Amino acid sequence: MIQAGVIGVGQTKYDAKRRDVSMAGLVREAIDNAMLAANLEWDAIDAVILGKAPDMFEGVIMPELYLADAIGAVGKPVLRVHTAGSVGGSTAVIAASHVCSGQFKTVLTVAFEKQSESNATWALSPRYPYSPHINAGAGGYFAPFIREYIRRYEAPEHIGWKVAAKDRQNALKNPLAHLHIPGIDEKMVSDTPMLWEPLRYLESCPSSDGACAMIITAQDQVGSRNVAWIKGMAVRSEGTLSAGRDEVNPQAGIDCAKDIYNQAGIQNPFNEIDCAEIYVPFSWYEPMWLENLGFCDLGEGWKLTDKDATAIDGELPFNMSGGVLSSNPIGASGMIRFGEAALQVMGLAEDHQVEDAKVAMGHAYGGAAQFFAMWIVSSSLD
Amino acid sequence: MSAEDTPKDYSESPINLEYFYTAGSATTRFLNQVKEGNIVGQGCPKCKAVYVPPRGSCPRCGVATDIEVPLTDKGCIESFTVVHIPIPGNPIVPPYVCAMIRLDGANISFLHLIQDIDIEKIRIGMRIRAVWKPQEEWTHSLENIKWFAPIDEPDVDVATLRFQES
Repeated sequence: MIQAGVIGVGQTKYDAKRRDVSMAGLVREAIDNAMLAANLEWDAIDAVILGKAPDMFEGVIMPELYLADAIGAVGKPVLRVHTAGSVGGSTAVIAASHVCSGQFKTVLTVAFEKQSESNATWALSPRYPYSPHINAGAGGYFAPFIREYIRRYEAPEHIGWKVAAKDRQNALKNPLAHLHIPGIDEKMVSDTPMLWEPLRYLESCPSSDGACAMIITAQDQVGSRNVAWIKGMAVRSEGTLSAGRDEVNPQAGIDCAKDIYNQAGIQNPFNEIDCAEIYVPFSWYEPMWLENLGFCDLGEGWKLTDKDATAIDGELPFNMSGGVLSSNPIGASGMIRFGEAALQVMGLAEDHQVEDAKVAMGHAYGGAAQFFAMWIVSSSLD
Repeated sequence: MSAEDTPKDYSESPINLEYFYTAGSATTRFLNQVKEGNIVGQGCPKCKAVYVPPRGSCPRCGVATDIEVPLTDKGCIESFTVVHIPIPGNPIVPPYVCAMIRLDGANISFLHLIQDIDIEKIRIGMRIRAVWKPQEEWTHSLENIKWFAPIDEPDVDVATLRFQES
């Protein structure tokens, strides 16, 4: 198979309201940064793959058409991807698949959300026909799964506060992060109001404007560029309302992780992966995904969090950039995970760089925790 | 500068969509029974899983759920959250309890309210039963059930709720 690698990652500054730019300006900011990082001219781009979450978040239907000029897609193949919150990840996988197919040498991929143009929490909570109107945003949907995780494994409540504080402390090292909360600690998190029990305000992700772009190219196009080689990538999904589904530990997540570890030749992910950007929009998803992704046994995830294994200087750093808990332009959030993983193995993560990071994982999930996308990137091709 | 002279680089323009929802045959069968105060799940002919509310097919097997399975309005709380923020345009006043309701004999849960109990006393596995609106108010909607309320029966171990193909 053709080997593909990331040669440029570009991001915007993430913020609650980027009123200084239009949707097109926002997307172009990330793309320009990616093109500069890759040191490429526009004629090198063979196709553009764009991802974002529901169009109603901005009220612009099929925005990839309106954005054709901004994304440099005029006269080129363009494909739109939408897999809810995991979309940034699955967009990256689909873009890389275009390169691996041999039909495209170099592909630009971009994902974005400009959430200030509507209200995402309530866009996610419409009144469904013939049902009581009690659904209250993504937090209200995931909170019962989290409560069941806590009950199943007798996890203490400070674990959630700890993840929330740790990711925001990491965000202080990332100038692009939306939330910079000086002095953030567990106490500050635990003092914030309850939103959806057991989730408090600071255990929840913000609503952000932002975009992330990557340039993915084939091995023979790389030249002397710094590359994050894609060693394994996969997407999986499962039925939301399927009998036998375990929402706390979805089978699709287990299968997706196994697939990328096999592709990358990873036997023991905890030991062989140097750091990971994992989609944690609500604090408790860190221990839940530690288990789901096979980094530890069931019920052991919260213990790894508790002993600081996921701290930036821990055994398996998670979300060095500050993660989804610090910046959440939904459509872009998955691609930010994939792009930040690439930056780590390229040695370009600046103040939030993990020393000697050679192998990193990017992860995204979405919908009712039924869509998954993941990849493993490495500093070396071998 | 007066407010009128202040440059503004954005404006608000709320969008409203009206749409027709076609229930389809499976949901129509279900809602016609709900209108009469009955809850009738639909079973998969292959793996025998029972879906309520039914969507017409079994995601496990990809076949139509054409077996009608009458259920009672009793079940248990599979999990729940206490919502502390109001839903815009909704009269329901926080805090309120939104629970995954698993009816006896069903293999998936649906979301509904829990009331008639102190919030602190609600537990995963607690037995509950539907509290219906007066019959003259019944329509084609699960809103015919006002909420679910606890009943005096021993808690259920929710680990036993996981569907296993027999």
